[in-house]
Amino acid sequence: MDVHEYQAKELLAGFGVAVPKGAVAFSPDQAVYAATELGGSFWAVKAQIHAGARGKAGGIKLCRTYNEVRDAAKELLGKRLVTIQTGPEGKPVQRVYVETADPFERELYLGYVLDRKAERVRVIASQRGGMDIEEIAASEPEALIQVVVEPAVGLQQFQAREIAFQLGLNIKQVSAAVKTIMNAYRAFRDCDGTMLEINPLVVTKDDRVLALDAKMSFDDNAMFRRRNIADMHDPSQGDPREAQAAEHNLNYIGLEGEIGCIVNGAGLAMATMDMIKHAGGEPANFLDVGGGASPERVATAFRLVLSDRNVKAILVNIFAGINRCDWIAEGVVKAAREVQIEVPLIVRLAGTNVEAGQKILSESGLDLITADTLTEAARKAVQACSDAKRAH
Amino acid sequence: MSILIDEKTPILVQGITGDKGTFHAQEMIAYGSNVVGGVTPGKGGRTHVGVPVFDTVKEAVRETGATTSITFVAPPFAADAIMEAADAGIRLICSITDGIPAQDMMRVKRYLMRYPKDRRSMVVGPNCAGIISPGKSMLGIMPGHIYLQGNVGIISRSGTLGYEAASQMMAQNIGISTSVGIGGDPINGSSFLDHLALFEQDPDTHAVLMIGEIGGPQEAEASAWIKQNMSKPVIGFVAGLTAPKGRRMGHAGAIISATGDSAAEKAEIMRSYGLTVAPDPGSFGLTVAQVMSQRAA
Repeated sequence: MDVHEYQAKELLAGFGVAVPKGAVAFSPDQAVYAATELGGSFWAVKAQIHAGARGKAGGIKLCRTYNEVRDAAKELLGKRLVTIQTGPEGKPVQRVYVETADPFERELYLGYVLDRKAERVRVIASQRGGMDIEEIAASEPEALIQVVVEPAVGLQQFQAREIAFQLGLNIKQVSAAVKTIMNAYRAFRDCDGTMLEINPLVVTKDDRVLALDAKMSFDDNAMFRRRNIADMHDPSQGDPREAQAAEHNLNYIGLEGEIGCIVNGAGLAMATMDMIKHAGGEPANFLDVGGGASPERVATAFRLVLSDRNVKAILVNIFAGINRCDWIAEGVVKAAREVQIEVPLIVRLAGTNVEAGQKILSESGLDLITADTLTEAARKAVQACSDAKRAH
Repeated sequence: MSILIDEKTPILVQGITGDKGTFHAQEMIAYGSNVVGGVTPGKGGRTHVGVPVFDTVKEAVRETGATTSITFVAPPFAADAIMEAADAGIRLICSITDGIPAQDMMRVKRYLMRYPKDRRSMVVGPNCAGIISPGKSMLGIMPGHIYLQGNVGIISRSGTLGYEAASQMMAQNIGISTSVGIGGDPINGSSFLDHLALFEQDPDTHAVLMIGEIGGPQEAEASAWIKQNMSKPVIGFVAGLTAPKGRRMGHAGAIISATGDSAAEKAEIMRSYGLTVAPDPGSFGLTVAQVMSQRAA
């Protein structure tokens, strides 16, 4: 799960990481009010979206008067901001963050990730702040400072000190940076982070170290014990169909193709999409109905898949283990009766009670195309899809 | 022979009195697995699905001599259950639970390191379908009847895609020595590499099918190891060719976030280390059959 910059900063500040003063605003008036409350005479108005590279896309505006703050907020709020990370459709800006814009001397990079290879938390730092870390990693990997955290004891002071000295800081700055590095680690660990990026981490003229931007992602599996973070979830930043799917405990990801997929199991769902591609078609979605696929869940799955207007055919592929094919078949029949399905429906059942399942399908009177194997199912779906396109 | 489990392996079911634990304990017993007991804290002293229930794993091990456990424990308590089993001397712990926080698994793996190698438990999973040595023992939630007994090992991150492979192999009349589901999470208890090493030593395994997916470095590491150490042919596959970058495809671990994470890159790495890569997920059976017939020739 991702959160907005201002939410990440609130969390970090709670763990003692120094951040610039700021306030969130949902309207231009609120933005001006925020600026007056913050004081000073130089502010940044920043679009809050779940994507980076906002600066280059015009999502961050520096303002010297209240009128400029109002205009900046007016321009940003309500629009869809397109950055190199959002895709062409962009992300809706519903909130802006107004922050005091203090001058700074240096821009550094500080990041924390759950490293799958090491199976540890890895801290990454660099003197080249403000740049994309992947760019730095590709162009000058030696510019990256890396430290791996031993999970039994956590990040140690000496490790933070090593990072701080390698960042080329003076002794006063080092002690501020060590605090930041240690506190940000605690935030990452105690909130079940999977990624935390402070880019840039800036050093001011008076030797303070501030998190100027912050991006944070959390482990979905840990949200049961991080209610405060789960509550920060902003559904406007994702695909509405995915949000709807999540409400029904379904896993849906919308794609560009024309063949809708309803499958049990994440691996088989990916393989079904691959098989469609191999047979010359394009999958419209990833959808895992999971282990206990009740008729209601199957019906919801159909509704979701059909809400995508590009869908020209639907392929249902179930390999029943704990699920039973007869049960799934009943679900398909029930769903097909409840939901108007006007596109060809291809069903492949395998596993437990497959004969009983096939019998239910053939006796249902539904206009179905059945298949015995994954290969056959994908071929038939691609064929049905191109037939349907020709008919229109 | 087979790897990890056979008909004699004495098994404990952790969380045996819950719905899932009850159902799958019965299925495992019906398959012929040697289930010797169960553990549910607070329910010790009862008999459930025909086996004794204990409050702690230590007590269960002392009374039954179990060496292996399977955990049906909810995500908040699953890491604790695995560590309890490791501390009680269980050698093989299979964790079915989907949804364990990654930092919990990180701590579990660190915890296992406190034991010297010859006493260290192997963890399979979490978020997996388990292990089956067809005709001998089932330690998992898979449909047992789709596995034919034979000489090919399967290691798969995905449960249902492993079923798909097993049934395609049955259609080709190819049997399986042991099938291991290593799970779809970003941090697995054991990796492709751990099980490849066991299959290499198992005289009754003649070839291995390794089914990976997008995300993580495991497939590449295993492929490099195969080139150096494996005498038996390995057939590979990586699911998720059509998966977009940066999106989690159901499994917590199935996400393309770094170079080398995509299906195309991993398949290329497999080929470069001499694995035969199945061209599509409908060709597991055929590809294994071809490799086996080349081996026979």
